[in-house]
Amino acid sequence: MEAKEIYERTEQKFPGKISGFQGEVIDPNFRVEPQAIVEVCRYLRDDPELSFEVLSDLTGLDLPKDNKLQVVYHLYSYSKRHQIVLKVDLPRDNPRVSTMEGVWKVANWLEREVFDLFGVVFDGHSDLRRILLPEDWVGHPLRKDYVEQEEYDGISTERAPLVEKLLR
Amino acid sequence: MSETVQSGGDGFHTEDMTISMGPQHPSTHGVLRFIVKTDGEVMREAIPDVGYLHRSIEKIGEKVTWHGYVPYTDRADYLAAMFTNQAFCMAAEKLGAIEVARRGEFCRVIACELNRIASHLISVGTFGQDIGAVTPFLHALRERESINDLMEEICGARLTYNYIRIGGVGYDITPETCERITRFLDHFEPIVDEYNRLLSYNKIFVERLADIAVITLEDAYQYDIVGPNLRACGLKWDIRRDIPYSIYPELEFEVPVGTGEKGTLGDCYDRYMVRIREMEESCKILRQCLEMMPKGPAIAKVARKFKPPAGEVYVRVEAPRGDMGFYVVSDGSEYPYRVRIRTGSFTAMSIIDKLSRGLMVADLIALIASLDVDAPEIDR
Repeated sequence: MEAKEIYERTEQKFPGKISGFQGEVIDPNFRVEPQAIVEVCRYLRDDPELSFEVLSDLTGLDLPKDNKLQVVYHLYSYSKRHQIVLKVDLPRDNPRVSTMEGVWKVANWLEREVFDLFGVVFDGHSDLRRILLPEDWVGHPLRKDYVEQEEYDGISTERAPLVEKLLR
Repeated sequence: MSETVQSGGDGFHTEDMTISMGPQHPSTHGVLRFIVKTDGEVMREAIPDVGYLHRSIEKIGEKVTWHGYVPYTDRADYLAAMFTNQAFCMAAEKLGAIEVARRGEFCRVIACELNRIASHLISVGTFGQDIGAVTPFLHALRERESINDLMEEICGARLTYNYIRIGGVGYDITPETCERITRFLDHFEPIVDEYNRLLSYNKIFVERLADIAVITLEDAYQYDIVGPNLRACGLKWDIRRDIPYSIYPELEFEVPVGTGEKGTLGDCYDRYMVRIREMEESCKILRQCLEMMPKGPAIAKVARKFKPPAGEVYVRVEAPRGDMGFYVVSDGSEYPYRVRIRTGSFTAMSIIDKLSRGLMVADLIALIASLDVDAPEIDR
């Protein structure tokens, strides 16, 4: 199914909850209101004509210029062979969105990664812990304004530049 | 370490045990750890603990130029570096609307398929070793060594290739190398049969794997299992065939799927066998490529200061560990705005918690080996 048709069907089902369809880009996408994302995804998965079986990817995108943090969902359907990208805009100072775990279990780990690296809180998540970084790490590295801590556990995170050493 | 004390109906007191398996364990294929709760030999759960190999490759992407990022992608999965190279370059090419040199595409496919064989050899070799068969591992590594030599001839590196560039490949494949690849294929194709006789149809091996840790198609969708692991569940789905890229539409090859031949559909044995058959298909693809290879330049002209227009793209490549996705965002500058690498191992790891319940501890080893998880690819 064409991306435009997917958008129109979803909009009919959830009027006012989705907007901003972009069809003239490489991967067509649209915005979903944070409160509606779980319902929209469940509909996209269960509707027999759409049947998006898998959540291929769930990731974050930091946009400090617009003061927002996006969570990006890539959905794919094996049976219908179509793809759609959903985006949720969240405020940077308090990014919260409901967990997708109830629809796709893989969201458990993918959301933990986004929490770890972007600091997005997924409400209702069963086990929201850091996954890649140590539990006592400070900050969320993939945010654009992230400043690395000077040392971790007494180990410096700085390394003397190799070239300068050679020149000396 | 003792946990809860339970008493069975017959008056015996048993205790659950919590064991930390890893981070350094010969069967975990890299640095990863499981917190295993067992009741005797039977696991209650095995919780994966990852992140030991996190090198923040995604963050590095925001700090280096488009061309300069290619060597970093190598490190995302060092057993199959060609595919990460290719996925990133495809993303950059799509954003910058660059057409790849046709000979370059052939070079890419040849290098990738050789890399796929090498990666699968590691997978099936260590599989045998984990189960207790050490000899096949040595056979597999011997063949992989020949591929490493070929790779060295193609691009000068044996593991982290940095071969594929935006617009094509770094170096053309010479006729002499083509000749050597053909000789390797002549030698390797019978080896697969030998390997099958040695390991694949070995009664002990089969009985260790059949009916173990079955993944249903429904679970595979829920946990987004991809690549050979998904095909082992019976779904005929290969990105090379179904979302075609590069020159794959011009090539003829089969997509092996799990059949449940020795047990249940989607068990460890199916996942093993799919990889063996994929190696044979890769050989077929290689032969076709070597025959069809056109003349011409191996790389298109791309500006040194490559600045693709603002936009975003999600590219999928069929890597040895399945659907590898690169989500790349450009803001029109010299540096990528965001690079996200979505790997098959990461999602495959997340299903282990579910599958491990009720398995024997020894079968956990078979499960990890059969999913072919690769620690650098999980942690990136």
